[in-house]
Amino acid sequence: MCELSVKNLHVFRGERYLLKGLEFEVPRGVCLQVAGANGAGKTTLLRVMSGLLEPEALELRWRGGRVSPRDPEYHATLFYLGHDPPLKDDFSAVENVAFNVGIRRSVSRSDVRAALERVGAQRFADLPVRTLSAGQRRRVALAALRLSGTNLWLLDEPVTNLDLAGQSLVVSLIEEHLVHGGLVVAAIHQDLGLSLSRRFSLNVGTGEGLP
Amino acid sequence: MSAQRTSTMTAVWLVLQRDLRLATRRPAQLIQPLAFFAVVTLLFPLGYTPELSKLRAVAPGVLWVGALLASMLALESLFREDAGDGTLEQFVVSGQPLVALMGAKTAAHWLLTGLPLTLMAPVLAIALGVSVAAMPGILLSLAIGTVSLSLLGAVGAGLTLGVRRGGVLLALLTLPLAVPVLIFGAKATELAIAGESLTGPLYLLGALAVLGVTLAPIAAAAAVRIGLE
Amino acid sequence: MNWAWFHRLGSPPHIYRIAGTLTPWFAWLAGLLIIVALYSGLVLAPPDYQQGDGFRILYVHAPSAWLAVMIYGVMASAAAIGLIWRMKIGHAVAASCAGVGAWFTVVSLVTGMLWGKPMWGTYWVWDPRLTAQLILLFLYLGYLGLRAGFDDLSRADRASAVLAIVGFINIPVIRYSVEWWNSIHQAPSVMKMARPSMPIDMLAPLLMMLLGFTLYFAAVLLVRLRAEILRRERTASWIREVLR
Repeated sequence: MCELSVKNLHVFRGERYLLKGLEFEVPRGVCLQVAGANGAGKTTLLRVMSGLLEPEALELRWRGGRVSPRDPEYHATLFYLGHDPPLKDDFSAVENVAFNVGIRRSVSRSDVRAALERVGAQRFADLPVRTLSAGQRRRVALAALRLSGTNLWLLDEPVTNLDLAGQSLVVSLIEEHLVHGGLVVAAIHQDLGLSLSRRFSLNVGTGEGLP
Repeated sequence: MSAQRTSTMTAVWLVLQRDLRLATRRPAQLIQPLAFFAVVTLLFPLGYTPELSKLRAVAPGVLWVGALLASMLALESLFREDAGDGTLEQFVVSGQPLVALMGAKTAAHWLLTGLPLTLMAPVLAIALGVSVAAMPGILLSLAIGTVSLSLLGAVGAGLTLGVRRGGVLLALLTLPLAVPVLIFGAKATELAIAGESLTGPLYLLGALAVLGVTLAPIAAAAAVRIGLE
Repeated sequence: MNWAWFHRLGSPPHIYRIAGTLTPWFAWLAGLLIIVALYSGLVLAPPDYQQGDGFRILYVHAPSAWLAVMIYGVMASAAAIGLIWRMKIGHAVAASCAGVGAWFTVVSLVTGMLWGKPMWGTYWVWDPRLTAQLILLFLYLGYLGLRAGFDDLSRADRASAVLAIVGFINIPVIRYSVEWWNSIHQAPSVMKMARPSMPIDMLAPLLMMLLGFTLYFAAVLLVRLRAEILRRERTASWIREVLR
C-alpha cells in the first residue's frame, strides 16, 4: 500500500477537461516528477492535491485512509509551494519564515536562522523581502519548506529563478527529505539529476499517467 | 512532529499579530480611511448648511454613512494583497481551520479601521454641533456597529476576490446587507445626541454583531476558497 | 447512505425532460387563474370604501411583492443544494431564478409607486415595505453583478451561492430593522391591505392572483432552467439526441 494514492481525478473547467481520469501512487521516500508541456495541467494537479482547487472527482488516499484534500489534518502534513514564493514584501526573510512555519508548528528564531543559513540566505535574512531578487526570494521560501516539518511536499516549479547552486540546493533538500521517508510531488521541467530510484515521471496531459 | 503542532489559538494570534505589524509598515493605508471619513463629514456643512442646529439633526446619518463608506474603502485590501502574493493560499493549506484564520483577519481589520474610525467620530461629531455629553453613546454604538461592518465586509471582500476590479461590486454587495447596522447605529446615535437612553438600539447592534461573529467567518472562508481557485 | 436516486433526480437530462413536460401545465393553469382573478378583481369586486378603485392595483402589487421575496428563498435554497451537495442543477436553478426575481421586485416597486400617487399624493413615500423591497432589489443586483464578475461558471456558481445564502439569512433582519425604523419615524403606511377582515369578494381574487403568479413563475423558471441546462451542457452528448 502506497503512502499516497490518487485515483479517478477529474478536473473540468470552462469547456474542457484539465485533467481526466488521472491515477498514480507515491510510496515513501520517492519524488514523483510531474512532466508535461505548458498547459498540460501540472499546476492544476498540485493545486487540487493541496485542496486549493476543487476537482470534479478525486479519490485521495493518504497514509492508508481516504482523505478530503481540504481536511486540515491532511494539510498539517503537507507543504505546498506555488509558482510565486508566498512572502510579504514588507517583512524580512526571518519574519516571513517565522510566520509561514509558525502557523503550522512552534519554531524558535534560532531554528529560523539556521534554516535560512541552510539555503544560503543568511546574508539577507533581515532585509525586507521587497529588496530581494527573485532567486533570493525563492531561497527564503525553501527555508520555510525545509523547516515546516511536513511529510508531503507539493512543489510547483521549485527551481524557477534559481542559479545552478540554487538548483543543486533544491536537489539536496529533496534528497534529504526523501531519505527521511518524505514524499515529494514536483512539477519540474528539467532533469535535476535526482537518483533514478527516487524518481518517477508522470506525464499529465496525455491522459493516464504512470506509474 | 505533530507534538509541536501550533494550536488554533496560537495561529489566530499569529495572524492577528502579523496583520497589525504589516499595517505599521504601511501607515498611509491606516490613515486614508480616517481622512476619507473626515472629508466626507466636512462636505456636509459646505454642501448643506453651516448652521449647527441643522447639522446636529442630520449628524447621526452623516456619521454613520461616513463610517460605513470609510470602512468599505479599506475592505478591498483585506484579502487582495494576501491573495496577490500567495500568502493567503498558505492560510488555506496551513492545517489550521480557515474559519478561525478569517476571524483573525477580520479582527485585525476592525482594530485597524473600525476602532480608529470610532475614535475619530467624536471629533467629527463636534464639528457637526453635537454636545460632548453624547460622546460615550456615539463611541459605544460605533464600536459595536463597526464590528458588524468588518464582518460583513470580510464576506464581501472574499466574494469579490476572484473578480477583476471588484471595488464597486464589493460596495454593491455589502451596503444593502449593512442596512440594519446603519438603522440601529444611527438611531442609537440620535438617542445619544438627544440625551435619551440608547440601550434598545445598542442591544440590537450587539445582536447583529453576535450573529456576524458566528456566521460571517464561515461565509468568508467559503468565499476565499472560491476566490483563490 | 445511498444517494444515487438523489443525484439521478438531479441529473440534467432528467430535469430537462421533466421541465419540458411540466411547463405547459403550469403556464395554462397560471393563465387561466390570472384571467379569472383579473376579471373578478377588476370587475366583480366592489370598490374599497376608502380608496375607491385605486386599491385594485393591489392585485398586481401584492403577488409581485410576495414572489420577489419567495423567489429569493427558492434561489438561496437551490444555491445551497448546489453548494452543499455539489449538485449542478441547484446552481442552474439559482441562476435561472435571479433575473425573474429582480423583475418581480421591479414590478412590485413600480406598482407600489403607482398606488402611492393617489394614496399619498406622491410616487414615493418611505413606506417600510417599499423600502424593504428596494433593498431586496439591490440584493438581486448584487447577486447578478457577482455572477457576471466571474469568467468561470463553476466559481460564479459557488461564489453567488454563498452570497445568496448570506442574503437569505439577512432578509428577515433587514425587514425587521426597516419595520423598526419605520415604527420610530412614524411614516404613513396605507399599504396594509391584506388584513384578515378583507371581504371575501376582494380576498378571493387576491388569493387566485397569488396562486396564478406563483404558477406563472414556475412556468418561467422551467423555461429558463431548460435554456440554462442547454447552455451549460452544450458539449454533452445527450443534448444532440434531445435536439434532433
